[in-house]
Amino acid sequence: MSSMEISNLTRNVLKSIFAKGKRFDKRGLLDMKDFELEYGVSNMAEGSARVKLGKTDVVVGIKLSTGEPYPDSLDKGNLAVSGDLLPLASPRFESGPPKFKGIELPRLIDRMVRESGMLDFKKLVIKKGENVWNVFIDIYPINDDGALIDAASIACVAALKNAVFPGIDENGNADYKKRTKNKLPLSKEIVPISFTFYKLDESMIIHPTREEEEACDAKITFGISKWNGQFMVNSCQKGWESTFTKEEIEKIMEILPKKYEEIMKKLNKFLK
Amino acid sequence: MAIKRVSGRKADELRPIKAEVGIIPNADGSAMFSFGDTVAIVAVYGPRQLHPQHMQDPSTGILRVNYDLLSFSVSDRKRPGPSRRSTEISKVIEWALLPVLNIKDFPNTVIDVQIYILQADASTRVAGINAASMALAHAGIPMKNLVCAVAIGKLDKDLVVDVDKDEEDFEKGEGATDFPIAKIANSDEYTLMQLDGKIQPEIVKKALEMADKACDEIYEIQKKALKEVVEK
Repeated sequence: MSSMEISNLTRNVLKSIFAKGKRFDKRGLLDMKDFELEYGVSNMAEGSARVKLGKTDVVVGIKLSTGEPYPDSLDKGNLAVSGDLLPLASPRFESGPPKFKGIELPRLIDRMVRESGMLDFKKLVIKKGENVWNVFIDIYPINDDGALIDAASIACVAALKNAVFPGIDENGNADYKKRTKNKLPLSKEIVPISFTFYKLDESMIIHPTREEEEACDAKITFGISKWNGQFMVNSCQKGWESTFTKEEIEKIMEILPKKYEEIMKKLNKFLK
Repeated sequence: MAIKRVSGRKADELRPIKAEVGIIPNADGSAMFSFGDTVAIVAVYGPRQLHPQHMQDPSTGILRVNYDLLSFSVSDRKRPGPSRRSTEISKVIEWALLPVLNIKDFPNTVIDVQIYILQADASTRVAGINAASMALAHAGIPMKNLVCAVAIGKLDKDLVVDVDKDEEDFEKGEGATDFPIAKIANSDEYTLMQLDGKIQPEIVKKALEMADKACDEIYEIQKKALKEVVEK
């Protein structure tokens, strides 16, 4: 474990260059990485997308199946988000039962999607109280070079937009051989995206590389979308052992809508 | 037009709080904290030798938090044992408490914080944090200050303090937002922020200010409970 941790030397160098507002890759502290998006990771998935955010590379697939609704929401379909931090993607990831990072990633994405209201759960009902659609969002990093959650959020939204329903057989089960052209019941307006802000000493950065991410001592993730014409924060989680001040949170609240618009400007070209 | 709360409370009114220190004789430190019907109990063990030995870290001590609900603390029985939810909450509580501890002064050791919810009426993680902070102080662990926590809610367009279950399930207008917040007492440093719902970015500051005011009240109650146990 300890041999994998970042050295104090590296941390101190990053501290001093961040304090000057600089980064090794020439970006400003709050400049984002560029991203690329492609569809069609697997033609067996109902929808899929791959996002490369800088060197971070993540694939997301949507699978749909039918099943019983939960007893407390008979008139709604179900959403399950899972994430598996494959040892393929980083020397930091190990196989076996999920460590905390592997639990946090899908839970943050789940809350962002669910709370934004992007997906109309009531329209996932096939037969009320008996048969509904289960929507599975499965996230796999291919290469982790920092800001995995932010990259995964873009891929998830794109994969959801890209997904189509399979057919239904006479028993009410999904028939994957008869794919329809029907898209998921998604809001046109609501497209949530996650942004994580990282802190090292007094400096705040966004879209870190892995090295930058490992040097930082606090992070906070926000899911943001637009709802009825206004920006809405849908999810938030502060992490790691240091704190955020009120001033810093205020600053983030000012930046957040701008960063969102910046990503959406490019993402809208991919979303149809 | 402010929303009428089911409980009849004012927007900035906390539920009745009870706080007690020294409730578990076996523990090095212990405490109970309740917001109305939400009751959390906490035991602190340590700093003690960390086993297995290979997990020991000579550069620092380790804080290990375990948060869970008792099976009968909620209406549908909760299956005993850890879940993804409790694992996540345990970790964020650990991060909420760490900033006040000089954990590096206790190399090779572990401080175990065991948080259990006896009865749940929302705001369980913040009740747990308030109790844990008192229990750590009771255990005599050096702390920079206490940590105070409260859940701010947003019901449609209105902010309210100390969310209960009725409010968590609110569905009209902009719906319910649950915004648990923890901070270092008497500072503007936040150690836990989580959020579910819909809140405009420009309102987040107001929510933090509302939490500040509530945390001032909570801090006094925590200090009083700690003094009582010393004077006993």
